[in-house]
Amino acid sequence: MTEFIQQVINGLSLGSIYALIALGYTMVYGILRLINFAHGEVFMVGAYAGYYAASAFGIDAYERGGRAFPLVLAVAVLLLAMAAAAALGTTIELLAYRPVRKAPRLTPLITAIGVSLFLQNAGMLVFGPNPRRYPPILKEVPFEIGGVIVTNIKVTIFVVALALMTALRFFVLGTWTGRAMRAVSIHPDAARLMGIDVDRTIRACFAIGSALAAAGGILFGLDQIMINPLMGVLTGLKAFVAAVLGGIGSIPGAVLGGVLIGLAEQLTAGYLSPDYRDAITFVILILVLMLKPEGLLGVVKQEKV
Amino acid sequence: MSSASAQVSTVRWLKRAAFAVLVVAVIYGLGALLESTAIEYVQRIVLLAGINVILAVGLNLINGTTGQFSIGHAGFMAVGAYAAAFFGTKLHPWLIGLLGAGACADALTFNLALCIGALFAGAAGLVVGIPTLRLRGDYLAVVTLGFGEIIRIVFNNARALGAATGYSGDDPAGLPAYTNFFWVYLWATLLVTGLAHLTFSQTGRSLTAIREDEIAAEAMAIPTTRLKVLAFTVSAATAGVAGGLFAHMQSGIRPEDFKFEKSIDMVVMIIVGGLGSISGAVVGGIFVAVTLEVMRDLSQYRLVLYALLLIIIMLVRPQGLFGARELPSVLRRLRGPRTKESS
Amino acid sequence: MSLLALERVNKRFGGLRALGDVSFVLESGQIFGLIGPNGAGKTTLFNVVTGVYRPDTGRVVFDGEDISGLRPAAVAARGIARTFQNIRLFRSLTVEENVMVAGHHMQQASLIGAVFRTQSHAKDELALRTRAHELLQIMGLSAFAGDVAGSLPYGSQRRLEIARALMLKPKLILLDEPAAGMNSQEADELKRQIRFLRDELKLSVLLVEHNMSVVMGVCDRIHVVDHGETIAEGTPEEVRRHPRVLAAYLGKESGESGRPARSSEA
Repeated sequence: MTEFIQQVINGLSLGSIYALIALGYTMVYGILRLINFAHGEVFMVGAYAGYYAASAFGIDAYERGGRAFPLVLAVAVLLLAMAAAAALGTTIELLAYRPVRKAPRLTPLITAIGVSLFLQNAGMLVFGPNPRRYPPILKEVPFEIGGVIVTNIKVTIFVVALALMTALRFFVLGTWTGRAMRAVSIHPDAARLMGIDVDRTIRACFAIGSALAAAGGILFGLDQIMINPLMGVLTGLKAFVAAVLGGIGSIPGAVLGGVLIGLAEQLTAGYLSPDYRDAITFVILILVLMLKPEGLLGVVKQEKV
Repeated sequence: MSSASAQVSTVRWLKRAAFAVLVVAVIYGLGALLESTAIEYVQRIVLLAGINVILAVGLNLINGTTGQFSIGHAGFMAVGAYAAAFFGTKLHPWLIGLLGAGACADALTFNLALCIGALFAGAAGLVVGIPTLRLRGDYLAVVTLGFGEIIRIVFNNARALGAATGYSGDDPAGLPAYTNFFWVYLWATLLVTGLAHLTFSQTGRSLTAIREDEIAAEAMAIPTTRLKVLAFTVSAATAGVAGGLFAHMQSGIRPEDFKFEKSIDMVVMIIVGGLGSISGAVVGGIFVAVTLEVMRDLSQYRLVLYALLLIIIMLVRPQGLFGARELPSVLRRLRGPRTKESS
Repeated sequence: MSLLALERVNKRFGGLRALGDVSFVLESGQIFGLIGPNGAGKTTLFNVVTGVYRPDTGRVVFDGEDISGLRPAAVAARGIARTFQNIRLFRSLTVEENVMVAGHHMQQASLIGAVFRTQSHAKDELALRTRAHELLQIMGLSAFAGDVAGSLPYGSQRRLEIARALMLKPKLILLDEPAAGMNSQEADELKRQIRFLRDELKLSVLLVEHNMSVVMGVCDRIHVVDHGETIAEGTPEEVRRHPRVLAAYLGKESGESGRPARSSEA
């Protein structure tokens, strides 16, 4: 039983990271009907941005001196990484996606795959192909509750993810830009006629989604300790599956899907075989698309005849 | 049927047989020429180009002609490669016992292995295709990606096939190097011709109709699901042949030879040439083989440039070199701008 | 003899009742008009008959067989062909190929035959092409046979849809607003062509149309729906004078003042 709870806790923290990344997929799909394949790479770049920011703040000196990295600086690292990723996301949108927005749907899809490949390989060039150890922005403190080992890192991941997702919810439901996003996702042309700046709204979507992915990247680095330029491929795919599982286009769906994928992965690794922890995601994806293609919280759309 | 038309038919088949002999002779001659003159590096590019042509023309049937986008075909290539390598290894001693050691047993082993590879890949295509082809557009793309990865992960864990270290047969020297110019281009010629015939037939027209408007195709009594699965299966089987040829080009095959990137390579081939065009797929297959090899000197910049190339093609000329047209119609357009096209 | 019978067909979309207890009988050899204001349920009815939607309750009987709930391809294979209100041609295929593609049932040779280009495959192709050209001739499209379908003018695209539907060798053809976007000259030509379907090809026709000159000019019988319900049925003369039809088209207060409105809606 304690082992099960242990796996569930690990699954929840992993799932919160997937949820953060899945939000970007779902927001962009909701508004552009585009699977933004490059989103996993934005996540990767976000993790590296955090890595370099922490180095710039002298995390090595703190670590050598055995002192904890100040919380203020840790938050600054998070915000800087989020800003860097937002800049990257909006640049991708501007240079690669905007020119093909009106093209047949496969054109942007392939463009996105191209951007994804480009960032992976550019990452290998710039960051080097070898994995790097993530700096201890947060010092790990394990504690035990009823035989289950929890670390402050797992708790932080969960809390930060929850806080960001709650903020997003208020943003989408409560602000003018959030309303504009929902309007554009329902009917872009009508939204334009109502005076909504569609380009700006799409840009905001990419900025927010990318910033959340960067937060996911830093949490991932804290959790998994190692990062590398190809980390976005599989994690990105899993987050995408999470978005599809929850119902793509649905923000609560992305959160639910992320958590479920995280749990499924941990439980498979724990009880079946670690070899199949990656395969389970794809099995889930295929089952969802065959049994309930609109996802758990999505809406059915039928083509008009 | 009258005897006159039976005679016409005989003459027709005789003509075809003569043509086939001629084609085989030409391929054989070119192969001998290449192997005696070109350096090994060039030979390798030429072989890869031929294999790419097979991959591209096969993928074009489902992605281009039928409009059902797969980005996981490396999985089917893997199935074909492993099946061909495995059964080739097991069949060879038996065929030597039957025919005696020599070129004859080798050739028979190889071609049987390729057919088995195609069969297994086609079966995998059928199994994947039946449940997934109900999905449309980008969802289908992602599911094929998922299946491609699952296939790779299965091979990665299949201990009988060497798991992550890969499969290299029973001989410590690795898989036999059966693959040469003659076999690659003979298979490429057969498959391109066969797929072209399929595309320019009632079945091919129906596949295009599905791409253009599935609802209207249904209303015209076209069995859309069956045809989509058929196209997917044929396409997967073709990738299987390419996998078998690829496997016997090197001493062993590893699961990582068939990663997602390989599927993307295939997509790039048909995009460069123009989706839906067989001539385009042929040109695209050759283009990708040559580009990737030539850029090898740029080492770490290679894949960055390759990705950039893909993005630029999509931004500048998303319809590719040929659009959906075939070479003859493109040439005709170039000659006289206002001439009418005919099929 | 009854060819198509709808028996108390109901269809709901969420809270909206698109069809409520609609029944009618289409006799073999009839041109049967289906009219009603926009949103009356005509297209839903088409989609129920052709298998795009399954009726919630009620039956669709075609040629003595219950076809309710069959897939569209199965319905088409039983002899019901259709055209679409928002033209659905295979745009990148040529005009000729658009028609040939609907000739699936004429194929004798197998797939292997196509791959190896056998003689029976060549015979199939010839038969398909010949038949397609006959139909293009009937619809006045022979001159465009080699053109890409998407490049045709609007009116010709509508006629091409009819030619393609005829390739199925149907017993019944459903025309969804075939005169939409046609000028009066083209509409007159269309009337002649619809009568030709009945008189020369021995087809039955179910026609949805807003152009009253076409509807009144060709239909043997007309069924009027509004808000998903039947409000009248009869000959063009009877329907023209029916008070509920006048009310539906002109508003509740309309008395007996002549013909329905929308006599030439585009």
